[in-house]
Amino acid sequence: MPQVSPLRRTALNSVHRSLCAKMVDFGGWDMPVQYSGILAEHMAVRKSVGVFDVSHMGEIEIRGPQAAQLTDFVTTNAVHKLQTGQAHYTGLLYEHGGFVDDILVHKVAGDHFFLCVNASNQEKDFEHIRTHNRFDATVELTSDRYSQIAIQGPQARATLEKLTPVDLTAIKYYWFTDGEVAGVPARIAHTGYTGEDGFEIYIPPAESERIWARVLEAGAEFGIKPCGLGARNTLRLEAKMVLYGHEIDASISPLEADLAWIVKLGKGEFVGREALLRQKEAGLRRRLTGFEMTGRPVARDGYEVQVNGVTAGWVTSGSPAPALNKNIGLCYLPVELARSGLAIQVIVRGQAADAMTVETPFYKRAK
Amino acid sequence: MYPENFRYTKEHEWVLVEGGIGTIGITDHAQQELGDIVYVDLPKPGTRVEQGRSLGSVESVKAVSDIYSPVSGEVAEINPILADAPEKLNEDPHGAAWLVKIKLSAPGELPDLMSAADYQSYIGAEK
Repeated sequence: MPQVSPLRRTALNSVHRSLCAKMVDFGGWDMPVQYSGILAEHMAVRKSVGVFDVSHMGEIEIRGPQAAQLTDFVTTNAVHKLQTGQAHYTGLLYEHGGFVDDILVHKVAGDHFFLCVNASNQEKDFEHIRTHNRFDATVELTSDRYSQIAIQGPQARATLEKLTPVDLTAIKYYWFTDGEVAGVPARIAHTGYTGEDGFEIYIPPAESERIWARVLEAGAEFGIKPCGLGARNTLRLEAKMVLYGHEIDASISPLEADLAWIVKLGKGEFVGREALLRQKEAGLRRRLTGFEMTGRPVARDGYEVQVNGVTAGWVTSGSPAPALNKNIGLCYLPVELARSGLAIQVIVRGQAADAMTVETPFYKRAK
Repeated sequence: MYPENFRYTKEHEWVLVEGGIGTIGITDHAQQELGDIVYVDLPKPGTRVEQGRSLGSVESVKAVSDIYSPVSGEVAEINPILADAPEKLNEDPHGAAWLVKIKLSAPGELPDLMSAADYQSYIGAEK
């Protein structure tokens, strides 16, 4: 089909094609949705190890004497509490309390913060942060300088260990270190989007093909599989990690998305704080809730949710959960119904299909 | 790959007609595009179906897709193995994992469908 504008490619594009991945247009990026199959890739990550090209993700860097103040002002989590070498998940909000994006903030130094942001939001995020920059700080969109590879699963550490002199056991969860992978400077973060243990490495794009090959080689004894965005989605859904454009967007606040833990209202001024305080005061109207389908039908994004035959909300993500052998989903429900153990109906292709709200996350790894 | 005695639709179904009964399935290309199939929804025997109208659906991990009937008629039989083993559709879409058998009401529709050679050039062009 003719493209209106050419799809953007990561430095690993030709590698995916040589692996016969099925490629899709993902928010303007030509990305692999699967290689061997979503189920096999999903289970490789749950049971052993998988590797993902997530180079489409964007990077924004904030530097300067007031870099911490700017980062704190544009995000919901407490940046001033981060130590050098530590990262956290946070929200970038509009004044009205809706999401610009959900991001990771890494504190590289007291005057240097490294943000990992969603691919299709990167330009918007960059403009948003610049607009609010009344501090002695610079904001730079540096996505072109990095490829990002995620190595995820119980054998992720054993895989990556072979390629780096860095002591990976010394990097705590949601901490990172700058070191080397396969002889190349790399930022190695103990982070992930799968609900499994794992690492995300930021490397020079020119070296990404070589490092990808070395990771596959290192993981061969564990049965490592290259994994596409299809498995990334089912993995993050089992772990109840939200996806921009599904659970969150400009019309949804972090309180509604069950992300109050990333909002530090007591930390002082930040963009969106007033709106969140008002929302808290007035009481939430809706909240993100997990559910399991009772029978075989699969709930999909956008399907209507009913309670006792009355429209109550909508499905934000729905899928078979390969590691759980169930069909699961997330939906928004009025706050008085947003609790576990409630019988709901999902309208699947015109038919009401029974489901039950449940506690989340659906999947939690054994520590 | 694509049997010569099948006829094919643009929506990637196949039909094999023998003695007034059409056996219907999805093509190998369709199962590849769908990926891991987890659920197949089929009509009950006795249901009347029309050529080009939805006959049921195939659900993969990633998405749900309609199955369009290549022929008009009445559902005579559904494949019993698919309820418990939908993954057979990924393994043997042109054989053991047929979907339904339909008693044809309008055999004159068959020339509307593609031959194996036409179907292969059709999916070649679609890529």
